[in-house]
Amino acid sequence: MTTTKALNSSRRTFLKGAGVTTGLLVGFHITGKGVVAASPNHAFSPNAFVRIGTDNLVTVIAKHIEFGQGSHTGLATILSEELDASWEQIRIESAPADARKYNNLFWGPYQGTGGSTAIANSWMQLREAGAKARALLVQAASTEWDVPVTEITVSDGVVRHESSSKEQTFGELSEKASQQQVPEKVQLKTPDQFKLIGRNVNRKDIAPKTNGSAVYTLDISRPGMVVAVVKRPPRFGGLVKSFDDSDAKDIKGYVGTVTTPRGVAVMAKNTWAAIKAREAITVDWDDSQAEMRGSEQIMAEYRELAKTPGLPARNDGDATTAIAEAKHTLEVSYDFPYLAHAPMETLDCVIELTDQGAEVWTGSQIPTGDQQTVATILGLKPEQVIIHTQLAGGSFGRRATSDADMVSEAAMIVKASKGNVPVKVVWTREDDIQGGRYRPAYHHKLKAGLDDQGNITGWQHSIVGQSIVAGTAFEAFLVKDDIDATSVEGAANLPYAIPNISVDLTTTDVKVPVLWWRSVGSTHTAYSTETFIDQLASKAGKDPVDFRRSMLKDHPRHLATLNLVAEKANWGSPITEGRYRGIAVHESFSSVVAQIAEISFDEDGVLKVEKVWCAVDCGTVVNPDIVKAQMEGGIGFGLGAVLRNTVTLDEGIVDQSNFHDYEPLRLTDMPEVDVYIVPSEAAPTGVGEPGVPSIGPAVANAIFAAKGQVVTKLPFSEGMPDLV
Amino acid sequence: MITFTLNNEKRSVDADPDTPLLWVIRDEIGLTGTKFGCGAGLCGACTVHLDGEPVRSCQTLISDVAELNITTIEGIDGKAAKAIQTAWEEIEVPQCGYCQSGQIMSATSLLAQNPKPSDAEIDEAMDGNVCRCATYVRIRKAIHHASDLMEA
Ligand code: FES
Ligand code: FES
Repeated sequence: MTTTKALNSSRRTFLKGAGVTTGLLVGFHITGKGVVAASPNHAFSPNAFVRIGTDNLVTVIAKHIEFGQGSHTGLATILSEELDASWEQIRIESAPADARKYNNLFWGPYQGTGGSTAIANSWMQLREAGAKARALLVQAASTEWDVPVTEITVSDGVVRHESSSKEQTFGELSEKASQQQVPEKVQLKTPDQFKLIGRNVNRKDIAPKTNGSAVYTLDISRPGMVVAVVKRPPRFGGLVKSFDDSDAKDIKGYVGTVTTPRGVAVMAKNTWAAIKAREAITVDWDDSQAEMRGSEQIMAEYRELAKTPGLPARNDGDATTAIAEAKHTLEVSYDFPYLAHAPMETLDCVIELTDQGAEVWTGSQIPTGDQQTVATILGLKPEQVIIHTQLAGGSFGRRATSDADMVSEAAMIVKASKGNVPVKVVWTREDDIQGGRYRPAYHHKLKAGLDDQGNITGWQHSIVGQSIVAGTAFEAFLVKDDIDATSVEGAANLPYAIPNISVDLTTTDVKVPVLWWRSVGSTHTAYSTETFIDQLASKAGKDPVDFRRSMLKDHPRHLATLNLVAEKANWGSPITEGRYRGIAVHESFSSVVAQIAEISFDEDGVLKVEKVWCAVDCGTVVNPDIVKAQMEGGIGFGLGAVLRNTVTLDEGIVDQSNFHDYEPLRLTDMPEVDVYIVPSEAAPTGVGEPGVPSIGPAVANAIFAAKGQVVTKLPFSEGMPDLV
Repeated sequence: MITFTLNNEKRSVDADPDTPLLWVIRDEIGLTGTKFGCGAGLCGACTVHLDGEPVRSCQTLISDVAELNITTIEGIDGKAAKAIQTAWEEIEVPQCGYCQSGQIMSATSLLAQNPKPSDAEIDEAMDGNVCRCATYVRIRKAIHHASDLMEA
């Protein structure tokens, strides 16, 4: 690592005085290829989030990964808004790992992306960063021109003094600005002054993503690098007993094999040779500690467990008595399968040892966690590990593991192979589908009572499944009184006004590794609660929208979102013959999304989702088109899963392996989507995940409207095979 | 040695004849716009043009392309390609972007052969290209838009 020479001593003193830590940021440029070089443009770095060059380019430093959700564009928009930069002069760069500067403000001391928090936690931070940088430019101009700051205006990257017709660009003022004192307080804009926020500024990552030049981890190559693929145990918890690589030795490019705690790592000069060599290697596995159960057996045990209530996650009134005394009751149970994330870019990571430590290239979703893990494995100090966060080909939760999954594996290989050469670990699609870290399988049991007016008097919801966070660094934040919040979110906070509600959780012990999957608990709780509501509405003889409305008086955001989607879809008016509609509304990550799905069946009875109307309340919208894109994408992602995705195990071995038996949604499955945004001036909330939860139940409710039956075993291909 | 033309340049590589074209393009030649998604002909992320036709480079052996013309995302040119790329930018199709080289290669050959495709023809040409971000609404829209751009 080089250190900066760009700092002169007066700057350094100034920065210290201003309470700003100097470091990598100032005067540095980390390119996509990982070259660290001093910027030629004597950058002015008013804070950790922005650098202004004498070339008039403004670089926004993004503390969150860009893996499709548009975070980079959103973060840069917020900062540029208060800076009054022109969008054309903005560039975006990934932040290094540094929790002091770049922690997720909602996560405490961790730097990371998840829970749809990128924009929400950065909102005030980046507005202030932009406004403070702007203030320095204004002060510089005021000194230079000898005019009061109050007479200076800034727009589109130009600082002006109207009456004297003086103007200078940010680039021209940058050196002077770097000598100003950072103000303690700055005035932020009011929403009516926004020029970029709320507008569809163009995404900065689109052009490189249409001409093949965008760089992902898989595209990184280092001199002398070897590619490693890992032969992992076929059963979760299995260990390597011994291996034989004699047949691999004939493969051109084969370099060698090392054993790691994750399995046998096969290294070669190129990817294909590594894949072929792995096929030629035989491994004897020790399954004494492995999970040997099949998924059927696991689910059968869950059904049994659901017969006794678990630990209380919510208890309002007395649900048991209310249901016992009810006029009508209804009980429905649901099975949810394991799900793989299957991001388009499979997992990958490059590590190179240097004289100073190690450099890591990966789609780092938790950079400081990745940094710490690599340091521990390689016997380095965290600050000796440089994380180059790359664009990632999706994640959907898969890259956010508290033990730095793919990164730790790469570090183990580097360690086991003595770190002579850079190593790129590549997962094939089979590795990805069979590699665990699934959305857990769950069983839900819901029971409710209705009075003679059709009002719900009692609601009992039992959830059985594995904890995502138990035993991880997140346990301390997310487990309270033995309840993993991610297992019950969306259920424990059921918004409907029901006098007696109980929600309980039974956490199971299974060795299949599990993880958050785009929208986490809401992937199953939205489905069970929202389809159960429709069945209750039907029993009560009420319209599903009216039924919900009557119970949402205390939840104005839910109500407004529901009303907007109902209005846009003309809910209640006659629709095309042979079409059916279903609705669902759900809050996740502080955003509320309501969707109406319209379906039809072809002559063979196969389901087609024709159209989805989607309304979203996500507070202030930074970029409406990105919000729409996230809703469209969330709908497609959720729909593919409920239609036909399941990971099943046979005696502990995963049955599925690639896109033929874990088939993602395809173009022909995609409905038309209309997205409507609820106007709001509240602080922004998430959009990366909240589009997902409602689509499953909305479609299931449409099927219920058509057939009078609800799919209770997911996916539809299992629960109602004729439909898919 | 196997010789072929890649993006209008003659290339000779010394690779095992059973090496998929995908890995030759990526690892040997170093053009990384063509992506690996499944290695099994199931996702289209690796789509390139072979004598103008879209093929899955993960399922095309290097020995089968001897003396043939290969075009990757880095080398596409012509009216259809320009229209597709412009439409992709204007409609902001990509999210993570990882599948998009393959999408663009498939969409470009569709338009080159059929400048005014119907929805059913788009389905047929594009259904083999998976997008896990589900940018499908915009892919369809962008193909229609590119078709209009070509007409204009
Ligand atoms: S990588 Fe070739 S079709 Fe998926
Ligand atoms: S844009 Fe992410 S997979 Fe298509």
